[in-house]
Amino acid sequence: MSLEVRVRHRQGGFLLDAGFASAGGLTVLFGRSGSGKTTLANAIAGLNRPGEGVIRLGDTVLLDSVRNIFLPAHRRRIGYVFQDARLFPHLSVRHNLAYGTWFTRHREAVAELDQVIDLLGIGHLLDRRPSGLSGGERQRVAIGRALMASPRLLLMDEPLASLDEARKTEILPFIERLRDEAGIPIVYVSHAVAEVARLATTVVVLADGQVVRSGPARQVMASLDIFQGQERAEAGALLDTELAGHEPAYALSVLQAPAGRLLVPLLDRPVGAPVRLRIRARDVTLAVRPPDGLSAQNILPGRITAIGRTDGPVVDVQLDCAGDLLIAQVTRRAIATLPLEVGRPVFAIVKSISFADGSDMGPPA
Amino acid sequence: MDAWLTPEEWTAVLLSLRVATVATLWSLPFGLLVAMLLARGRFPGRALLDTLVHLPLVLPPVVTGYLLLLTFGRRAPVGSFLAEQFGIVFAFRWTGAVLACAIMAFPLMVRAIRLSIEAVDRRLEQAAGTLGAHPAWVFLTVTLPLILPGIVAGMILSFAKALGEFGATITFVSNIPGETQTLPSAIYTLTQIPDGEAGAMRLVLVAVAISMAALIGSELLARRIQHRIGA
Repeated sequence: MSLEVRVRHRQGGFLLDAGFASAGGLTVLFGRSGSGKTTLANAIAGLNRPGEGVIRLGDTVLLDSVRNIFLPAHRRRIGYVFQDARLFPHLSVRHNLAYGTWFTRHREAVAELDQVIDLLGIGHLLDRRPSGLSGGERQRVAIGRALMASPRLLLMDEPLASLDEARKTEILPFIERLRDEAGIPIVYVSHAVAEVARLATTVVVLADGQVVRSGPARQVMASLDIFQGQERAEAGALLDTELAGHEPAYALSVLQAPAGRLLVPLLDRPVGAPVRLRIRARDVTLAVRPPDGLSAQNILPGRITAIGRTDGPVVDVQLDCAGDLLIAQVTRRAIATLPLEVGRPVFAIVKSISFADGSDMGPPA
Repeated sequence: MDAWLTPEEWTAVLLSLRVATVATLWSLPFGLLVAMLLARGRFPGRALLDTLVHLPLVLPPVVTGYLLLLTFGRRAPVGSFLAEQFGIVFAFRWTGAVLACAIMAFPLMVRAIRLSIEAVDRRLEQAAGTLGAHPAWVFLTVTLPLILPGIVAGMILSFAKALGEFGATITFVSNIPGETQTLPSAIYTLTQIPDGEAGAMRLVLVAVAISMAALIGSELLARRIQHRIGA
């Protein structure tokens, strides 16, 4: 189901003037806090009413300021998973899950309680109260509650932001399954590059209420200079690879991408499985001659296609490795002394242990 | 109890219980509505409504009673209209005592309910909306259960206030045994006659017992509700 959004909304001194389109899958609204991503999500949900704009979901018009159409939130059938879960404290988990079904007409109801419970692994929580749940459990119940209302679109506003790393790792696979199995388009608000890399089909980058870039995740993640500050360290390109084999003796797996073969820590997946790999820009070293005698296991030949802003000590360099786009972060000094120029053939060197924690590898979006 | 209280005293106790109960139940829907308007409403005249509701709290009860007499008395404009059109008479009837008690207790009920409405996390109501619940259903399934402790507290406060109301009641509907002589009026009367102390003391004990029972009952109820809400 397609989603088309174009809104202009003033809120205090802040102006949101943004638009994007999604054909399905998982669309990440990415930006730092205050960039307008939650305001945009709220506009889609009907929790605010933009002064101007059009929002269309499939063939349903949710908002059209010119024709004075505004469908209220309760008639939009858009599930919303909030950052703070917002479970009803006076209802058990079971009744929280059932809440949406009380207001869904039978012919529209598609969600099966058993399936949702199974998908999210919350069967043992049904008779508990929300106050007795951990943060991760709450978030899973909140996702289940939204799904049980049989939504046509699922909005998730930083569902992992309030959780620690362990809980994030616990929930990410559920969201991946949701994206791949539930068939409901998802709009996912996030300011964490790692989540974008792991989950996104489409990325919409927001800054100061405006869309600065949008497109397929691989393309956006391979663009230069869109990540600033802390996020810059997390920037990196996405590669769609296939698991070509295992080397159990070294506890490694081999991934095959158009760019070349990559050795990564052993993956618990069958040979032939598709794997999306994120290569952080700061983990990529560049060489202008074929390197020799290195401990680094992955050497990908390519050609420089773009060089980013050169006003700081670190510069983003984009490479084309047989069609795969990679980003490397190198010093400005290296740019000047090697020198690195657009068009020059180079070799990208990536240590296998860059992927040691496994968080950069997941199923393709 | 029959042997312990004289029939007149017994009548006064029962009348007081009836007046306080009816006053509380009748005020509840209005109290809920006004509390909702004051907590959530944005309309011109909101400050005026707030003042009007709280007026009985600060006015001398005798003044409130007298104003009721001027409005709902038999020859007063509203009173005569109600009597002719609907056959409803307040003046010097037990229904008048109900009206006086309800109005005197109203600000207490509204305050308690309003505070609990203001404490409701509106983001929960938003969440209910995104799950497909019409605003009326959101109120019934989310807001109302969450403010139940406030409603219970408001009703208990209102009941206790109505039970003890004296000034406005005696001014508006006088002190007619069997009709408008409530517990406080009966105690007052007994203190005014020779050898009335024993009867007054018995009624005082009854009043203390009822009030304490109401308080303990509300506390137990509130605890159960809090437990259910899981707060």
